[in-house]
Amino acid sequence: MKKRVGVLALQGDFEAHEKALVRAGAEAVQVRTASELESVDGLVIPGGESTTMLKLLNLMDLKEPLRRFIGEKPVFGTCAGAILLANEVCNPAQESFGAVDLTVERNAYGRQIDSRVAHITPEAEFRERAGGDDLEAVFIRAPIIRRAGPGVKVLAEYHGNPVLVEQGKYLIATFHPELTMDSRVHKLFLSKL
Amino acid sequence: MILDNEQFRLKVGLAEMLKGGVIMDVVNAEQAVIAERAGACAVMALERVPSDIRKEGGVARMSPVSIIREIMASVSIPVMAKARIGHFSEARILEALGVDYIDESEVLTPADEEHHILKKDFSVPFVCGARNLGEALRRIAEGAAMIRTKGEAGSGNIVEAVRHIRTIVKEMRHLTILGKEELVHEAKILGAPLDLVEWVAEHGKLPVPNFSAGGIATPADAALVLNLGAEAVFVGSGIFKSSDPEARAKAIVKATTYYKDPQKLLEASEELGMAMPGLDISKLPEGELMQTRGW
Repeated sequence: MKKRVGVLALQGDFEAHEKALVRAGAEAVQVRTASELESVDGLVIPGGESTTMLKLLNLMDLKEPLRRFIGEKPVFGTCAGAILLANEVCNPAQESFGAVDLTVERNAYGRQIDSRVAHITPEAEFRERAGGDDLEAVFIRAPIIRRAGPGVKVLAEYHGNPVLVEQGKYLIATFHPELTMDSRVHKLFLSKL
Repeated sequence: MILDNEQFRLKVGLAEMLKGGVIMDVVNAEQAVIAERAGACAVMALERVPSDIRKEGGVARMSPVSIIREIMASVSIPVMAKARIGHFSEARILEALGVDYIDESEVLTPADEEHHILKKDFSVPFVCGARNLGEALRRIAEGAAMIRTKGEAGSGNIVEAVRHIRTIVKEMRHLTILGKEELVHEAKILGAPLDLVEWVAEHGKLPVPNFSAGGIATPADAALVLNLGAEAVFVGSGIFKSSDPEARAKAIVKATTYYKDPQKLLEASEELGMAMPGLDISKLPEGELMQTRGW
């Protein structure tokens, strides 16, 4: 049976994630309410504006249901999603769910003009589990992981900073695998479900 | 083709991140902070909001650089700024300043009555207005990485935004049922490049995100255009010309996410003060329309 994965659809590139999950072999559903959240086996928090997502989580009383979900089930965060899952956020400091032992600096590469597509060679562990080719990493006003705790496994780096990491049931990417046709990162997430 | 270009994909990528969000017009840093606090996914810096431009007349230009700089320093969300149609020097200044997106906008007084900016020459992404599919595809061919339907800015009247999104959606749907040999003729009628016409015929959508602007004044207005196919909204005068900017901004943000949920739309519509005053566009003289600017 196909795994049923939610994509938090408050704001951001949730449609791109839905398509990527379908390409990776899952059933994808948009999640905007606590009851929709209860119906899924795992969740993707997409790219977008983390401040906007936080506002809506507060405004719609979704923060506690999401905190409980994160405590129980696998979650994959890209870009804004990475910021929301980290335990420390700077530039500026803002609240987050603290699920993954990371310090993340927002907009750390600069503005849109500093956004880029990079070709990176992932760590051996990722290559063994997901396949060997380089990853095309799309960074858009991306955050940088400034510190990864001892329990965090780094799966890929770019210019010496971790860009794809995992900690238990959580997967974090500061880039956007959903904007390429390469399904390996999404498949890796599905393997956690 | 432009769609395969790596830099173009990055520009479209930022537009993807703004989907489901509200981009709010602001004229200073104080308004930008209110917009961010209310949940805007980006702000648009401009000299005057469209309803004031309409009232005061004169030439509307790019915002003063000092104000854009203050806005950029005061918020962490993306900052867009408007340049006049065809005014590539204003656009170069905005690019050098480091804004995240440029709106080549009919709301400002056009600088060129035949040509738009050749946007693919820039590293900063552009959004442009369109009233129909041909106009949208011409702008994409020039390098626009996001389209917004024009509506009638500063009117507080949603009728033109509805007309434009319906027109574009209908024209795209029409392309999907045509035979391949018919698309050449269709490209000629639309005044748009054949490769982009073929792309739309195959996918049934624009190759870049399609947002809506011009006349959105209430949460219900935002929900309406999203249900008609827009992927995000720009709100101009609708917020800071209402009696309760921050509450209204929050309500429109909520309505944009929950546009299919009547109960949540009801909640978003409660306890709001007066919307901005509206204009009957059919009574406006032709020369005062902003939507007819752009070629």
